[in-house]
Amino acid sequence: MEIPILSSLILLPIIGAIFIFFISSTSQKYQSTKYVALFVTIANFLLSVYLWYIFDNTSAEFQFVEERIWIPNFVNYKVGVDGISILFIILTTFITPLCVISINNTIKYKLKDFLVAILIMQSLMIGVFCSLDLIIFYLFFEGGLIPMFIIIGIWGGDRRVYSAFKFFLFTLLGSVLMLIAIITIYWLSGTTDVEKLYQIGIDIKYQNLLWLAFFSSFAVKTPMWPFHTWLPDAHVEAPTAGSVLLAAILLKMAGYGFIRFSLGLFPIASDYFVPLIYSLSLIAIIYTSLIALMQEDMKKLIAYSSVAHMGFVTLGIFTVNQQAIEGSIFQMISHGLVAAALFFSIGVVYERMHTRLINNYGGVVSVMPKYALLFMIFTLGSIGLPGTSGFIGEFLILIGAFKENFLVAVIASIGVILGAAYMLWLYKRFIFGKLENDQVKNMTDLKKHEILILCLIAIPIIFFGFYPEPLINTTENSITNLIDLYNSNLEYYSKNNL
Amino acid sequence: MINLNLIIPEIFACLTIMFLLLLGVFKKNSSNLVYNLTILSLFILLTLVLNLSNVQEEYVFAQSYRVDNLSTFMKILTIVSAIFVMLTSSKYVKISKILQIEYPILILSSILGMMVMIGSNDLIVFYMGLELQSLALYVLASFNRDNLLSSESGLKYFVLSALSSGLLLYGCSLIYGFSNSTNFNEISLSISDFQYGLTFGIVFILVGLAFKISAVPFHMWAPDVYQGSPTSVTIIFAILPKIAALTIFIRFLYVPFINIIDQWQMIIIFLSIASMLFGAVAAIGQKNLKRLIAYSSISHMGYALAGLTTGTNDGIQSSILYMTIYLFMNLAFFSCLFMIRKNNKYLENINDLSGLSKHHPILSFSMLIILFSLAGIPPLAGFFAKFYVFMAVLERSMYFLAIIGLMSAVVGSFYYLRIIKVIYFDSEKEKYDTDHHLGLKITLLISTIFILMYFIYPNSLINLVSKINII
Repeated sequence: MEIPILSSLILLPIIGAIFIFFISSTSQKYQSTKYVALFVTIANFLLSVYLWYIFDNTSAEFQFVEERIWIPNFVNYKVGVDGISILFIILTTFITPLCVISINNTIKYKLKDFLVAILIMQSLMIGVFCSLDLIIFYLFFEGGLIPMFIIIGIWGGDRRVYSAFKFFLFTLLGSVLMLIAIITIYWLSGTTDVEKLYQIGIDIKYQNLLWLAFFSSFAVKTPMWPFHTWLPDAHVEAPTAGSVLLAAILLKMAGYGFIRFSLGLFPIASDYFVPLIYSLSLIAIIYTSLIALMQEDMKKLIAYSSVAHMGFVTLGIFTVNQQAIEGSIFQMISHGLVAAALFFSIGVVYERMHTRLINNYGGVVSVMPKYALLFMIFTLGSIGLPGTSGFIGEFLILIGAFKENFLVAVIASIGVILGAAYMLWLYKRFIFGKLENDQVKNMTDLKKHEILILCLIAIPIIFFGFYPEPLINTTENSITNLIDLYNSNLEYYSKNNL
Repeated sequence: MINLNLIIPEIFACLTIMFLLLLGVFKKNSSNLVYNLTILSLFILLTLVLNLSNVQEEYVFAQSYRVDNLSTFMKILTIVSAIFVMLTSSKYVKISKILQIEYPILILSSILGMMVMIGSNDLIVFYMGLELQSLALYVLASFNRDNLLSSESGLKYFVLSALSSGLLLYGCSLIYGFSNSTNFNEISLSISDFQYGLTFGIVFILVGLAFKISAVPFHMWAPDVYQGSPTSVTIIFAILPKIAALTIFIRFLYVPFINIIDQWQMIIIFLSIASMLFGAVAAIGQKNLKRLIAYSSISHMGYALAGLTTGTNDGIQSSILYMTIYLFMNLAFFSCLFMIRKNNKYLENINDLSGLSKHHPILSFSMLIILFSLAGIPPLAGFFAKFYVFMAVLERSMYFLAIIGLMSAVVGSFYYLRIIKVIYFDSEKEKYDTDHHLGLKITLLISTIFILMYFIYPNSLINLVSKINII
């Protein structure tokens, strides 16, 4: 019998969470809860690396598929991975242990509850990336709201209640339309199994409306302009680990959803709505970059830059050619790493100064040289300098976009320049500048666990910048397969229309 | 020959009520005993009803009383929730000094009324059951008679309920006039030539029923009565009459009038949409938990009605499933409410929950689960309830209803979140009593586990419900 490796990935954090839940907060072992969580998440990471190791790059099929009857004649619990989803699973399992390490001092109360929330969050996110049934996908996708709401609300900043509510209601509102679309797909096609739906296809008459319903959910989650307003609030108020999870993984669920469901299930509608996506993405890239320039608050600046980066991703996805989609996935992974690193870095100084306003800093380089170096790497990664993973992603997306539409690509390129502008300016004001604030003078350089976290993220950023081959190889066949499916659908449609 | 075996539960309930009355009168200070005997007799009643669960479809008393899968299932639901209600509130009634011998007996007689309602296949029998349960409930609502709010709620419920009963009775007479029968089966045979008088009759009866399940626009009594009644009676209002009324909705609309669905479908759609929207919006400003749960139950009834708009077996089954899950969520919620007690005083304002998670982590966690489930967030049971209803609704391509319903679920989730916010995000206030009795703890445990774990094996309930085929 084969080991159900994907289900183990999903279940392991939940088992850890249950275990931690039953450790009494008064007992001696209370501090050890953190190590339990760390152990579970690292085990999960190793398991997912093993999964990647035995994953067959040459096949475009779904692998490690598990199927169990859940509600007979209706929904099966079905999970599986292909080249597109496996990278996101590894990103998830890579980031979560870092979050657990980072809470060393930042979480001052209700540590146990925080760990439980993080672990449940992890299991739900892995579930999102490997579910091959629309209803199972929806359960995981929506279930993530509960722990995230709690994380922002309990351990967040001053305006945490407002942000938590905004986050919850925005995403819920987007998702309920998707639920209606999923049920409608079931009544149209008689199944919610993604693999079967790829083969059957969905009636052209309904594709546009269904596409819009899915779009409403993913656009809020991505977030695309103009549905992005919840993101800066949620980021700013969430605790460091929460911001990291939000930026690194939660936003990627929507990008993944666009590739897997919007392109895969509704090719004709996707083709029809390309102008819409292009214009929203371009607005996001230019407009939010300009907003990012004006931010006083570091976390807000990074949050807006996330919106701009995700603009590149959506642009790449709906360009639908090999380079662009590969670039989008690469960009998502890279942004997952870079944004996580930036939020960790801001968490580091926030812990010392308890302020996130850029004006309160300046001259950090002279008191925290190691920090300044690592922050430089992440800044460059965010800008997309050659030699960092950010470059490969943006470069591939722009190549793909040039093939399809020259003007769009040119406008998007301006966004790259703007990105460099706000990040370098941030670096100048924050790390360089005059050392005026006395509190800054007293800051100590990175502690061991902080160095550990930041270095662990810096390594893949540089590594994949020079050697993107492993990621590209993994995704290549699945993307080719997806694009073939997409194009054959379009051809079929245009033939029958003539 | 009348097969009396089929109505043994009702006969047993009748005899128990009389016996307990006599016992209470002749034995001094026997209120505690009567209370416990009532719980015992409910258990016996449950076994008696379970005993009939194999009966597919049989009639008694010239087709005026019917035993089938629907009635058995709904009777079981009624009795099970009555047992839980009695178990949870046993301490409450003692502390708030409303434990007199009449109290459990009234509950039992209202349950008898509900069982008659559920089994009825005739307008007269149905009306009899309805009045029996309502009369008992009028008294229960004002049971705490030294309390102004309680007396007010009893009177309010009585006046408005009497009015709606009048309308209902007028509807019955219209239907009798136009179809020459009060029996559901015979009415369905005689409506081949359709007359507008029948529509009027249906509308009047629907008004009366909508009043019983507090669907908008016949909801006005609900918030006041919920707030004013003793909490142990509020929990009854929130659960029991709704099960019976929903059964009658199904029975009345789907047996005689399924062929003229276009005549009543719009009415149910309107009731459903109005309840969902109103319940979601009006609860936002509430400060009292009991009042809030009144509005929440209004909107939940809207969802249960949405399943009935479809005119299909799937729709009926989804409504019944909704009702079952709703019942467990409410039991759990009220169990939590019974636990918010300080120095033998029960508190019911949202602000009293402030920072509850600090001193009572388990209770707060249960509240968290229950509230997210009430809001319908996956993977909790409340989500599945809504999911099945909208499956049935979308099968009939009623997109408008589905979109409005889910949008108002989003609006409604706000006030559940607000309670969670108060419990988890606000600063702690005070510590509450922790000496809860076993029945309360067990009820909370069972219902919370049901809500939390439902998604692992959703099939259990679906299998039970899928036996119910009306059409």
